[in-house]
Parts: sequence; C-alpha cells; structure tokens
Amino acid sequence: MLIIDCPWCGARPEIEFRYGGEAHIARPADPAAMSDQEWADFLYNRTNPKGLHAERWRHIHGCGRYFNAVRDTVSDFFVTTYKAGEPRPDIGESGK
Amino acid sequence: MTNRFRTHSGGRIDRGAPVSFRFDGKTYSGFKGDTLASALIANGVHLVGRSFKYHRPRGFISAGSDEPNALVNVARDAARMSPNLRATQVELYEGLKASSQNRWPSLGFDAGAANDFVSPFLPAGFYYKTFMWPAGAWKRFYEPKIRAMAGLGVAPTLPDPDRYTQNYAYCDVLVVGAGPAGLAAALAAAAGGAKVWLVDEQAELGGSLLAERTATIEGKPAQQWLADTLATLAAMDNVTLLPRTTAFAYFPHNMIALAERVTEHLAAPGADLPRERLWQLRAREVVLATGALERPLVFPDNDRPGVLLADSARTYLNRYGAKPGDRAVIFTACDAGYRTALDLAAGGVAVVAVADLRREVHGELPARALAAGIDVRPATVVTGTTGRLRVSGARLAKIKGGPSVDPVGASETIACDTVLMSGGFTPSVHLFSQSRGKLAWDAASGAYLPGTSVERERSAGACRGITGLQRVLEDGYGQGEAAAKASRDAASPARGATPPPGPSAKTFPAQADDLGTDGFIGATPHARNPAFTKAFVDWQNDVTAKDITLATREGFRSIEHVKRYTTTGMATDQGKTSNMNTLGIVAEALGESVPKIGLTTFRPPFTPTTFGLFAGAARGDQFDPVRKTAIHDWAAEHGAAFEDVSLWKRAWYFPKALPDGRREDLHAAVGRECKAVRSSVGMFDASTLGKIEVVGPDAAEFMNRMYTNAWAKLEPGRLRYGVMLREDGFVMDDGVVGRMAPDRFHVTTTTGGAPRVLAHMEDYLQTEWPDLDVWLTSTTEQWAVIAVQGPKAREVLAPLIEGIDLAKEAFPHMSVREGTILGVPTRLFSVSFTGELGFEVNVPAQYGRAVWEAIFAAGERFGITPYGTETMHVLRAEKGYIIVGQETDGTQVPDDVNLGWAVGKAKKDFVGKRSLARAAMSAPDRKQLVGLRTTDPKLVLEEGAQIVADPKAPVPVPMLGFVTSSYYSAVLGHSIALAVVKGGRARIGTRLSVPMPDRVIEVEIVEPVFYDPKGDRLNG
Amino acid sequence: MAETASMAETAAIGAPRAAYPLDALALGARSIEAARLTALGPAARLAFRGREAAIQAAGEAFGVALPREANRRHTADGRHALWLGPDEWMLLAPGADPAPLFAAIEAATAGLPHALVDVSARSVTIEVAGPKAAYVLNQGNPLDLSIEAFPVGSATRTLFHKAEIVLSRIAPDIFHVDVWRSFAPYVWQMLEDGRRELA
Repeated sequence: MLIIDCPWCGARPEIEFRYGGEAHIARPADPAAMSDQEWADFLYNRTNPKGLHAERWRHIHGCGRYFNAVRDTVSDFFVTTYKAGEPRPDIGESGK
Repeated sequence: MTNRFRTHSGGRIDRGAPVSFRFDGKTYSGFKGDTLASALIANGVHLVGRSFKYHRPRGFISAGSDEPNALVNVARDAARMSPNLRATQVELYEGLKASSQNRWPSLGFDAGAANDFVSPFLPAGFYYKTFMWPAGAWKRFYEPKIRAMAGLGVAPTLPDPDRYTQNYAYCDVLVVGAGPAGLAAALAAAAGGAKVWLVDEQAELGGSLLAERTATIEGKPAQQWLADTLATLAAMDNVTLLPRTTAFAYFPHNMIALAERVTEHLAAPGADLPRERLWQLRAREVVLATGALERPLVFPDNDRPGVLLADSARTYLNRYGAKPGDRAVIFTACDAGYRTALDLAAGGVAVVAVADLRREVHGELPARALAAGIDVRPATVVTGTTGRLRVSGARLAKIKGGPSVDPVGASETIACDTVLMSGGFTPSVHLFSQSRGKLAWDAASGAYLPGTSVERERSAGACRGITGLQRVLEDGYGQGEAAAKASRDAASPARGATPPPGPSAKTFPAQADDLGTDGFIGATPHARNPAFTKAFVDWQNDVTAKDITLATREGFRSIEHVKRYTTTGMATDQGKTSNMNTLGIVAEALGESVPKIGLTTFRPPFTPTTFGLFAGAARGDQFDPVRKTAIHDWAAEHGAAFEDVSLWKRAWYFPKALPDGRREDLHAAVGRECKAVRSSVGMFDASTLGKIEVVGPDAAEFMNRMYTNAWAKLEPGRLRYGVMLREDGFVMDDGVVGRMAPDRFHVTTTTGGAPRVLAHMEDYLQTEWPDLDVWLTSTTEQWAVIAVQGPKAREVLAPLIEGIDLAKEAFPHMSVREGTILGVPTRLFSVSFTGELGFEVNVPAQYGRAVWEAIFAAGERFGITPYGTETMHVLRAEKGYIIVGQETDGTQVPDDVNLGWAVGKAKKDFVGKRSLARAAMSAPDRKQLVGLRTTDPKLVLEEGAQIVADPKAPVPVPMLGFVTSSYYSAVLGHSIALAVVKGGRARIGTRLSVPMPDRVIEVEIVEPVFYDPKGDRLNG
Repeated sequence: MAETASMAETAAIGAPRAAYPLDALALGARSIEAARLTALGPAARLAFRGREAAIQAAGEAFGVALPREANRRHTADGRHALWLGPDEWMLLAPGADPAPLFAAIEAATAGLPHALVDVSARSVTIEVAGPKAAYVLNQGNPLDLSIEAFPVGSATRTLFHKAEIVLSRIAPDIFHVDVWRSFAPYVWQMLEDGRRELA
C-alpha cells in the first residue's frame, strides 16, 4: 500500500484516497463552441504516458480534497503532490 | 523404536516435557521444543510423503521453511484441517495429529507410484503435449483424472472456525530474521532509541545460533550469548520481538506483511485468541537479515528418504537432539559438509565417508575431519543411492576430470542410512527482490546478491553474501546502526539506493567455523543411463535435471519459459531449494554463464499463507457493513422479507400470515400492497435515498450547472424532479430536489447512487468551479424518510402534523414545508413515486421508528399497509417512472427515457449538455423507453429478454431492444413491462417478438404509462 | 375528518422515543478493561463549511475557535470543533439541542459565505478507552496511532475496516469514533472482534 502525501493532511495510506484520472484537463469554458472532435478529445482522449504522469487524486476518506500528483507509471512511485489549481511542477516528462 | 535416534543430551528440547503425537495413525513421542520433523526423525521415521507427479517415497530434505517434501496435514478436528504444512515448521504439542499426503492406500504402498515406472513417458511439458486431443476430452476425462492423481493436500470442506485478525503497525526499524546479523542489527538500532521490531519465522529467535555447538561470541558460548542478547532486547521498551512470524511480502513504501502464528503451537488454544495475526507493518527502515539457504546437490536418486541437506541434519542433531541415522555418507561441495561430519561424529553418528566434489580439499574443517579419522574423498561424487523407502547405500565414484563435464569412474556402493548433501549456500534475497531491488551476480561467491535498493532497506549478514560469524555480527550491527540513523533523518517516505554499510561501532569477537563461499550450481556428473536416472532439482514438483535439459533442447531459452514449461520452482516452496540449480543446468546446457541466463522473479508470499489471514475479520456477517435504516427493526418484527440494495437492507415485501399458517408469497403480498396504496393508503421506508444538502449563496447556480433542469425560478418551498447527466450526456442519476431557502437545496439521489453523485458534484465544485460559494453535505443518514402514499395519505398525516397546512391549495403537489410531527421537526414533502397522492416525512433518524409507528397507528382505521421495494417498483412502473440503473444502463440520454422535458433548453450550459448536441444523440433509431403488453395478460416477461422484429430471421437476428422492467399488475389485472426499443416511440401500436428458449412471446408496443395517464390522482 | 379520535390515539402513543443504532449492542458489551467500549449519548453535530470571512464568526458563536491546523480538534466548555478539511469543520456539542446552536451560528454568519447543516442524527460516537485502545483501533485503521504521530487533540476522517469514521484522540488512552449511524453496528462489532483477544 502506497503512502500518498496529501497536500493538506500529509502522508497518509493509499486506501484513504481515490484515483481521479489525468490532471490539468480543464472543462472548456464554452463547450457549445467546440466541434464534436474537440469535445470528444476533451471527454475521452488521455495521454497515458510511460513515465511521469500528472493525475488527480482525492483524499476521499480524509480531508475530502481533490489534489494533483505526479507519479511515475513505471515505478508506481509518487514524485510530488500539489493542490488543485496549482500548475504542474517543472520536473520534466520522464523519471529517468 | 521410541526415540531411538535421540541423543542422550543436548539440544534445545525440553527433555522433562514429553509430548505424544500421532502420525498416520501411529502414536509417537517427542519433547516440547520439537518440530514434527525432528520428533519423527528422532523416532527413525523418514518416509513422510509421496511426490506430486511420480508418487515417489519422500523424506525430509531440510529443517526449515524451505522444505519441499515433508508436507503434512495437521488436523485438530474436522474443520480445523491444515493441508500442506511443512513438518519442519509444525511445532509439536500434546495430542497433535498429522498425516501424510498424496498416497493411496498407504504411505508405504502407494498405487500412484506406478507413475514412476511409466515416467519415461511423463517428460517435461507432458501435460501440454499429451492432453491436446481430442478437443473435448480435457474437461470430461483428463482434468478429472489428473486432479485425482496429482496435487498434494486436501482442503477442508467445513467453514474455518478459527479467528484471524489484522493489525496495522508502524516502527522505525524492522529487522527481518533473528539470526546473528538480525540480532546484532536489532541491538544497534535499539541502542539508538529507534522503535525496533525483530521478527523471525521460527518458534525461537536465534537463527543459526540455535544449532551452534562450539561457537563463542564475546567470550560466551553462542547459545549463552543468544539468551543474554534476547533478554537485553526483551527488556527494552522500544523493542518488539515476534517469533513465529513470517515476513511474507514486501510492499511499496516499506509496508511489510507479517504472518504471526499465534495459537498454532498450542495444544488447547483459547477461543478468544486469533489463530493467526496479519501485521501490515510500515517501517521507516528495513534491515533484511534473512540468512542463506543451503543448496542441495542434484545427483541421481537424491530424493530417497534419508537424503537430507547437511546443515539441516546438523540442526536436527544439535538443536533437537535428533540423529538423522546411524551411518552417514556426506556429499559436499563446500566446508559445510565437514562441519556436519564433525558434529555428527561427536554426536554418535558414524560418518562413513565424505565425498567432496572439489578437486582439492584443504582448510581447517577438512583437516579436522581427517584428524578425526573420517574417510575424506576429494573429487568424488555420489552417483546414486540404493534402498526403497529409505536409503540403504550410496554409490560413490571418482571424477576423472573437471567437476561437471567429465565422466566419472566406476562406482562403489557404501552402506549407509542417510546421505547428507551440501552444495553451498544461497543468500535469501526473496524479500529484497520483492521490494524491487536489483540483484547483482557475484562471480566470486557464485550467487545473486542484493544490488541497488528501491526501498529504504538494507541487507545484513549471510543474505548479502557475508560469511564468518564475527563478520556477520559486525555487519548486522553496522546495518542496524545505519538504519536507526536513517530512520531519524527523513520523516516522510522516500526511496533511492541504500548507502553501503558504514563501519560497525562495535566489534563482536567470535570463534566459529567459517564456511567460506565454496559451492556448486547445477547437476553433478554421473555415468548412468539418463533414461533410467532421476536427479531431482525441484522435489515438490518432481522436476529432474533431465527435464530441464530437455526443455532447452526443445528450444526454451528464457529461464522464465523453462520455469513454466517444466514447472520448476513453481511449487509451494517457490523454488527455494531449486532455483539456483535450475539456472546452473540451463547455463551449462546452453553454454552460457549464469548471469546471462537471468533469474526468475521472486513474488509474495515467501511461504504459503492461509486464506484466513487475508480475510481477517471480514467474513460472514462482517464481510461488508450491513446498513439498516432506523425503521429496519420494525419491518423485521413485522415479517418483512429484505433485499440488498448496495450495502443497505431494504424491506422487499411484507408477507402476511395466511389462515393455514403459511405466509403470502411475493406475488400475493405485492398484489395486496399495490391495491392498498391505490385504494387507500400505504407506507414505505424511503430512508435509504441519498440526500445531499447544497448550501451557499451560489447554490442555485451550482444546481443549474449540475442538473439538466432550470433551478433559478424554483421557489423556496417547492420541489422539482431533477436529472443529472455525466459529461458524456448519459443519465447518471435522478431525484427530487427541494428548495428549502434561496441558498439551500435538499437534494435526493438514488439509494445506490448517493456516494457517486456526491463525489461527482464535489469533483466539479472543487476542480472546475472553486469560485462558487456553495458547499455540499451528505444528509443521507440525518433523515429517516417515511413515504405515505395513497388517496387517504393526507387524512392519515394531518392529525399528526403541526405547523404545516396540509390543505391541497396550501400545500400542492411537489412542495416542501418545515414543521413538526408529534413534536419532532420534519421536512414534509408532497411527492409521489406511486402516482397517488403522497407525502414523504423526513424526520431526524433517531425518531424514525417512533414516527413510523405513530403513522402506522394513525393509519390503522384506513387499513394503512406497509409496503416494500417490490411494490414500490410495480407502482412506479404502472406510471412509467424510470429507475436509473434499471431503465438506464449508462447509455441513455434524457430523451431516450422520455425525460426530454426535464432538460432546460434555454440554459447555456450544464454538465452533459454539449454531448447531447451530437447528432447521434438525437438519431431516430436510438433505443427509446416504451411499454409492452403481452397477448396473454398473465404472462410476465423476463427482465433482460431481447426484443426482435422477426424471430425467424436468419442468425444473427437483429436485436431491437430489451425488457427493462416487468411485473404483474394486480391493480390493472394484467402484466406490464417497460423496455427500450430502437425507434420505440414510432413503433407504438405495433407488435414485436420476445424469443425465449421454449417459445416466442408476442408483445404489443404501448405507451409506458399504464395507469392514470393524465395524472389526476396525484393531487388527491 | 375524525380529528378527535386520532388525536386521542396520538396521545396514547405518547411523545416519540429516540432510538439509536447501538442501543442494543452497547447493553451486551463485554467488560474488557484493556479496551472499553461505550456508546456515547446524543450530541449536536453541525457541519460548518465556509470561506475565510465566516470562520472566525462561526467559532465565536459556537464558543470554540475553529482549528486552522489540519486534523486538529479544539475543545472548550465540553464542546469540540474538529478540522476535517481546509474549509470544513465538525462542530460537536455533546448533549446539546442542535436547533438553538444552529440559529446562533447562522445569525453570527449571516451574509458571510458559508454553509451550516445540522447532521446531529447522521452519526453516533463510540468511545474506545484503555491501554489497548490504539491497538484495537489499528486492527481496522491504517494510521500511525502512536502518541507521537497522533497526539491528543488529533482528529481526522479516516477508515475503520470498510467504514468511514472520524477519529479523535481525547486523551492518551481515549479515542472517539464518530460514525454514520447505519455503519455503527458494523464498526462496533469490528471493535468487539478486535478487543476479544484482550478478554
């Protein structure tokens, strides 16, 4: 069981958290202005990288907050976590 | 022959505490402190099992958890039967009953042993090669036969009556393995003030020290030093000592799973104690002091009972006072054989010869053996053993050239009753490897050793290739110190390479035999006909050296493929004794070096682990929380049948007692309940509905964005049916929403959807619109909800309510008011999911039952009828009201289920709106909600049944849709069904078919509202 | 309408009796000193959410300053304010009537962005007390409950086996477990199971 560093509560066990998919995919301000393809990209298409992945987690059985994390999808280790709304830290694309 | 092989003195057994036990129905005696294995050996019993595939007679190989052969069944009673326990780990207790496995009719005569004679026809990959044809025979014939013949123990058939518990725990330094390295590491870490856990799988802490006869540490005999050290550690508050505890899995971030056997060794365990305890221990730093396992030698007939690992034989002798036999031949590739030879000789066992694989033999131990008059034969191999159920002799032959490639000379058979082998020691890197640390091949010692760490972990002592008692102790101490220091350095978990060990601050002057790193990997040479020779590599899965070379001849190169094809290393011992020899054989066959061949992956568990341990307390009634409403007990007392809806128990129907003493069935009860609601009044426990209080200045704006409906104009005091979509436009949930105040909404959700809806709302609120001043609070459990439905509902409630005018004009359908019922504050909804005049009484949950009872009493004069979820379903289906998850499956847009009216067309945006604009979402051939009528009014369709236009159409028959809900309507006197059908609304009035296995049912497509289509009854 | 008749019936029923999910279980609890279990009585529980501007006013009206440090509990005059999230607090007043408290806090925070919801009936509180209290809780709770890692005054939402709880340390050997009422029997029985070995 991983330890996840909640930006609010600190290091807590994985079972208190829920995964929330890729981070930094903002809901478009004016969905009506988007083409079907653009809307489908927003809805469904994700990067699924091998390496560092910015993703959303929620400390659902803790403070309840959604936050973002950068996790290495190869090693499964978290590199960093940060509050929702903050930009992705500049730590490159890959953990190598 | 009671304890004929017991030494006269010595060992750690309690000779003052004799213990009697049974094995295969025969009574034996041993002593407290014995294992089942040591007690049997002391009684001269070596034949303890039959092998997996060939049913060959088998005896003990080792004295520890690596034992591949001696798997026994230990039974306390019919339910407490543990198969496949290693006799080497089963502690003896008074009355223990054990039996051997995989033999019929008896261990001495086993019919399955015929497999051994046809073994030339059972080569590697036998299963893959043989059972391919004919196609159907695998299921009908081969598998049942193989299952009957193969396999080891038999699982008990009764539920496990024992308890298992699970504990989370934290420590600064976990030391795995309480041998010399682990003890020293624990001493060092504890001295630094760290919270230390020291765990060991054995009954006693001490590891190899428990079998030491002559070694000294810090001037004391090793066993005295051990006792003193354990006393020191036990006296420290910051140290936890756990014997009988296996660190069986290494999970990320230093979470180690420990299996503690709490009562397994007790003759009469107390009922309150768990049998086993799972520790999920999070350690800041881990010191692996897991030692090394002695490697067998792969020579012909090396599986005959009486053939043991040399150091295990020494353990039996020194620790348990059990002699492995009277006359021993030792076959060794390292100095361990000599250490055993010397101890055996001192213990009264005749050592008739030491065959040493090495060309030249020198060093202190061989010299001492020679001095003791032992027949030492360098460059000699054992090429076979004689005997049937027990070794009676060993065939020794000289190696002419190099050890593994050159032919051997003529053999000489030497009479003996035990053959002890030692191929050197393999460091136990299982946990290190599980932690994803990278192993590194060490050519000097011919072993894989821990390389780069991934976790905050370090290895100490023999498991990282260190030999010599003093060096092991000092390495342990150094690693323990370093671990304690590292545990203080970083508060949060991190990872990285473990630094090399620092110099130990303490020296441990010790006198002990240093065995060095000599050893052998692979199969030893012999000149026998390979067709009639079995040299075992993996005892438990009956894999021979020949099987492995055959696999390489057939083209298998990767060690992972060889493993799976031959099944070597895949038995319950996970290849503890076999992995390295397999590598050696493959390397030789392919002409490659061992590190080129690679290594199979070590996976948890280190040793087999009970299912009970994983289940813990989560079994039976406590497997999952069983959620009950405040009114549940009343329903139970009134005979309700219940159904599971997510974790909730919901009253399903209330069967009445019939005059003949039986109770109504579902059909009768639901018919009666439906009629009561339509004709008078019924009451229903709706407490499980999800509830969310949406509060804040921006509450209406938030509701507008989350639901399809328009909320701005909903006045306080009014209700509205809301539809929630996912962003992909499909219906996710629905529910009635009350506006309590301009900034406060009382939202209801489906029972099963409550957590999902709240999470969905929180997601948007927190991550998309954090600027909105609105907050969400679950109030599902705050309120007990009593639905009172039917034409008499108002008359039932009116006398009980204060502060709310129930008159139709003052309190129209779809309104909410706050007042009191019998003095209890209530939020009263005028709402109906039945199509009748209806109310929902929300009261704080602790008053749910009392208010329910009061309403029941007040309704008595109207024959008020409690009804359950089944009646609720029928009543709403008669009205064509959907249930999300029944009429929808995550692919319906609102219009598909006739909810287009609930979509606020004028709203600029809401979750899912953009998806609804896709052309496909309004295609005319989408599946649409319709009603179905069967020609035969009594016939109730099956939910899920497919609907087709022409059942005789060629396969594949185009499917037009399926039945989503289907009931018999007692009120209407005929069956009703809801369905989703392609272009369904345009098909109303037409006929389609529902093909069933035994017949085709014709149905008419009708409007989905079967009862009171105009809705006149809602307003009473 | 036969109002008189039904009023009479109402009177016969009497004032509604409050019932709690642990009423029966608590009566049957074994006496195990190492980890005692008690079902605590009713309490006013108010979920307070809000922006910065409303936080101080809410605390003043409640009588306990809302903790600004994560996962802390403040206590004054027998009332507790628990930090549950960066904009979320549980205001807990054992034995109190929630209605006047609710009204007072609403009055003090009127016009300030916030949400106050009465959730008094949503949960019940179980006290786990004794030298082995943390050990018993750790059978289903994954947090480090050593006094260094989870000191007195700690409070957090977390898990106990498969149920969500709010765990609060009142004293070195006393914990309070606040749990939604339908999960309470499950939590209670798991606690009973956990302390059984200490009997």
